[in-house]
Amino acid sequence: MAELPATAKCVVIGAGIVGNSLAYHLAELGWTDIVQLDKGPLPNPGGSTGHASNFIFPVDHNREFADITMDSVRQYKELGVFTESGGFEVARTEERMEELRRRMSSAKAWGIPAEIVDPDFVVDKVPFLDKDVIIGAAWFPTVGVVDSLRAGTIMRERALDKGALTVVPNTEVTGMVVEDGRIKAVETNHGTIEAETVVICCGVWSPKVAELAGAKIPLTPAVHQMISVGPCPQLVERPGEISFPIVRDMDTLCYERQHGSDMEVGSYAHRAILHDPETIPTIEQAKLSPTELPFTDEDFDPQLEQALELMPELLGADGAEIRYAINGLLSLTPDGFPILGETPEVKGLWSAAAVWIKEGPGTARAVAEWMTHGNPEIDLGHSDIARFYPHQKTRAHVKARTGESFIKTYGIVHPSEQYTSGRDVRLAPMHASQQDLGAVFFETAGWERPHWYESNAGLVEKFGDAVMPRDNLWDARWWSPIINAEHLQMRETAALVDLSAFAIFDVIGPAALDAVQRIIVAQADVRPGRVVYTPVLDDRGVFRSDLTVMRLGKDHFRVVTGGAHGLADKKWFSDRMPEGTSVVDLTSAFTTIGLWGPAAYEILASVTRNDVSKEAFPFGSCREIEVGNLSVLASRISYVGEFGWELYTPMEAGAALWERLLEAGKPHGLVPAGIGVYGTTGRIEKGYRAYGYELDTERTLAETGMERKKLKDADFIGKAALEAQAGIAPEAVLCSLTVDDHTSASGVKRYMLGGEPIVSREGGQLTDGHGHHPYVTTAGSAPSIGKHVLMAFLPPAEAILGNQLAVSYMEELYPVTVAAVDATPLFDPENLRIRGVKA
Amino acid sequence: MTNVLVCVKRVPDSSGEVTLTPDGLAVDGRYSGYTMSNHEEAAVEVAIQVADATGGTVTVLTLGTEDAVEQLRTALAVGATDGVLIEAEPDAFGPADIASAIASVCRARESAGTAYDLVLLGNDAADTGDFQVGIRLAYALDRPVVTGMQTVAVQGDQAELRGEGPEGTEVYEVPLPAVVTILEGGVSPRYPSVMGRMKAKKAPVETVTPDAPSVGSGRVGLSVPPPPATSVTILGEGPSAASAVVDTLKQLGVVGR
Repeated sequence: MAELPATAKCVVIGAGIVGNSLAYHLAELGWTDIVQLDKGPLPNPGGSTGHASNFIFPVDHNREFADITMDSVRQYKELGVFTESGGFEVARTEERMEELRRRMSSAKAWGIPAEIVDPDFVVDKVPFLDKDVIIGAAWFPTVGVVDSLRAGTIMRERALDKGALTVVPNTEVTGMVVEDGRIKAVETNHGTIEAETVVICCGVWSPKVAELAGAKIPLTPAVHQMISVGPCPQLVERPGEISFPIVRDMDTLCYERQHGSDMEVGSYAHRAILHDPETIPTIEQAKLSPTELPFTDEDFDPQLEQALELMPELLGADGAEIRYAINGLLSLTPDGFPILGETPEVKGLWSAAAVWIKEGPGTARAVAEWMTHGNPEIDLGHSDIARFYPHQKTRAHVKARTGESFIKTYGIVHPSEQYTSGRDVRLAPMHASQQDLGAVFFETAGWERPHWYESNAGLVEKFGDAVMPRDNLWDARWWSPIINAEHLQMRETAALVDLSAFAIFDVIGPAALDAVQRIIVAQADVRPGRVVYTPVLDDRGVFRSDLTVMRLGKDHFRVVTGGAHGLADKKWFSDRMPEGTSVVDLTSAFTTIGLWGPAAYEILASVTRNDVSKEAFPFGSCREIEVGNLSVLASRISYVGEFGWELYTPMEAGAALWERLLEAGKPHGLVPAGIGVYGTTGRIEKGYRAYGYELDTERTLAETGMERKKLKDADFIGKAALEAQAGIAPEAVLCSLTVDDHTSASGVKRYMLGGEPIVSREGGQLTDGHGHHPYVTTAGSAPSIGKHVLMAFLPPAEAILGNQLAVSYMEELYPVTVAAVDATPLFDPENLRIRGVKA
Repeated sequence: MTNVLVCVKRVPDSSGEVTLTPDGLAVDGRYSGYTMSNHEEAAVEVAIQVADATGGTVTVLTLGTEDAVEQLRTALAVGATDGVLIEAEPDAFGPADIASAIASVCRARESAGTAYDLVLLGNDAADTGDFQVGIRLAYALDRPVVTGMQTVAVQGDQAELRGEGPEGTEVYEVPLPAVVTILEGGVSPRYPSVMGRMKAKKAPVETVTPDAPSVGSGRVGLSVPPPPATSVTILGEGPSAASAVVDTLKQLGVVGR
């Protein structure tokens, strides 16, 4: 093995599946002088890759995961280490069958072969499974197993053959040299190596390694128990590693996976057993490997019984013994997504951590692209390390959330399900008032945000069937008809919306205009007092964000963006600041209150001495106003399609402003409205797109119906790409569709929640120019038009007004009609309301 | 029908690097986990084979805290019939104390109707290496004792014991009841089956308390010897190392010269 070089262009720390794949993909993208370190020996240095069960189920409710997994499978196949076995998810309960039907939706949406089958079908392929234990299953024929260690070796060798890589095993990182916020060198027990780019691919050790540089990778090592039982006579006769499909026994949170003559039984059902990266044993201390900890029988005993129930003849066979049993360590994160990208704390220091076998090569390719081109081909928005707010990086938060989510690994998780741990961290200044109003809080980025207010329950009766009540329990979970009632009341009079979760940062300095002009698509050189809504693109002309920018002065811009993506936006701006211009985070300095509706003018006018009429205070402008003795920055824009303002005031004055507006609004019928209105019903009626749903780094302006007639003269990131795209028909078109009939076979009306595939009226698969299949990006009530509306990217040939298609939900088809093929709102298409024109 | 009592001790697994507790009085099992010694695993296997061959029973016994029930369950999972926990702080118990406590259990069980024809122990404890309990127990019970045996075959009221000695295989014939300490290597301890593991959960474990005060071991501390000097020789890398590997294999007699 090689000596440790004194310098490198890039140091990859870790030789598990991620580090090996990353070294390979960097070399493929033209990087040279890469040095890969690992404290352990090769090919199995002792991390989680070494004891992984190595099977891949391609289906996931999340598209980012599904895409990355599909790319990984493609790579494993190309490396010759993939064996297709097929796989079942079996159901013991009707509730699980319904969840499997929902998984069919996700599978179809992402283009993954899958079907619901009966127990006989299962037993035909897995004869030792007791069919009386299950009531049905989902069959995934493309499930398979991989040899992840072999894959890693091949990828390392390919990079070595290119002359791009030096591999130095048995070398432990002991320190990091950081100067002026930039990585300079990595210190090891075999000397120091200088490098301007360092990637931490250290799995469960990543937090410890990052901390050497003062960066945080908020994951925790967690135990996943696994036993291996054999030799099983039913398996012994079969050749090769695997000849029977893998079975996920979803209701018991276990899986059974053949490995040669043994059956591996793995569990996600035991209590969450969380460790600290600092107390993982060393290679010398460990009996097996540092991530194969001593098995704790008592935690596994209930699963043993359930596994035996499912496969009594196999697991109870004479001579079949528990030959191997471990508490295997793997990485868990507080939100379940990997931790990828350049650390916000240290320039040049990257993280590629909390990545499992099924995502390894795909993730590595995307991270390598990100490191090379500034953005990956597959959108990694959910996995960006920049997403974490300070409190989310604390050990306590990580443990609380992973402790709560561990047993949901195979769980039935509603798309809107809320965490119960780690709550009440970021409270809006008007939180006490919201509690008095019976707010039902959902959490975003740690903020407690009212989703609806029980104090508005009376409005449900007022609006009757217009609130579009939902009878099915799943559809109605984490939802209330009060949301739709608040919506209708806002359209009738006005609503007050707490938007404290906004991320707010200022760009200040002599080159502020140049900096902002270069980053945003819209014209930044506007007079102070203007507010612009703008996409932010990358060099390829795809979305990096969308946000609003207020010009407050010659050298002073204020950027307002969503809380969930705010820190990634801040990093995007900060990384692109010229000398002398800086980004200042003011998120915790200001609260934002939205006041919108036909009565918004009268309400605000009654508490301010300033002229806030539509003539004096036009749309797209912002200015300081006085609300009694409070100073407020008012911005006349709207995300709900109504006349009104976003009102910014210092955090400590937020409660006072809230109370005054509520009081002033009373005579006009003003109600507080939750994020249910702001985030879904209000916006979907108006066709407003949301980052992370319709907009991401795989979408262009043309595809989203947001193209501009004319690009500004000034250069900006993505301009060249937009010019190149001009005149080329998009591969997919974002459309709004209305559901024509909600009645299911059982007669109960069903309401889609998002993620469902859009198909032809007869159920045929549709495919866009990217080879993707359309799926619902946002679903929600549009109470003002009495419809349930779905947004989806359709193949251009299907993006025709009035086109009749269908949505597949829980394995039933519901007719839908294309109602908009661009950003034209379904409600108030002329935007009369925003302009304050009385209809 | 031979009723066997097999005695085991919960010890830190020492197959990795040995770490001591901060006070230096014990081995730290935090990373390695806990187990019984290899000798005791062999003793359990011998006990089960003897009981199976004669239609007898196996009682597994340990002296320790509630945690040591884990080791009893391990033996129960591979076929022991019941368990006894002498609940006590093991560090306060020296070999004489332990032998006396086990002898008390044997007498109590005998008065209750279960006499043990054969008491098996590991040759020595993996953590303290006292080599004493078996002999002291035999003395206390007034029974013959043979140490360092590897297999046991029972014929009527006689047992034939075999073990590897410096001059070759040593064979003993002893009258039952007897005490035998077992050295690993003569039998392959079995792994538990799924059924065995489930049965072990429900198997009876009696907890008793020692009936006499303990004297202790007189141990003042443990120390870890420095690791032996490394004897690794790197023969080369890649195909060019092949001839050196062949030479070494020839030297070792693994392949013919």
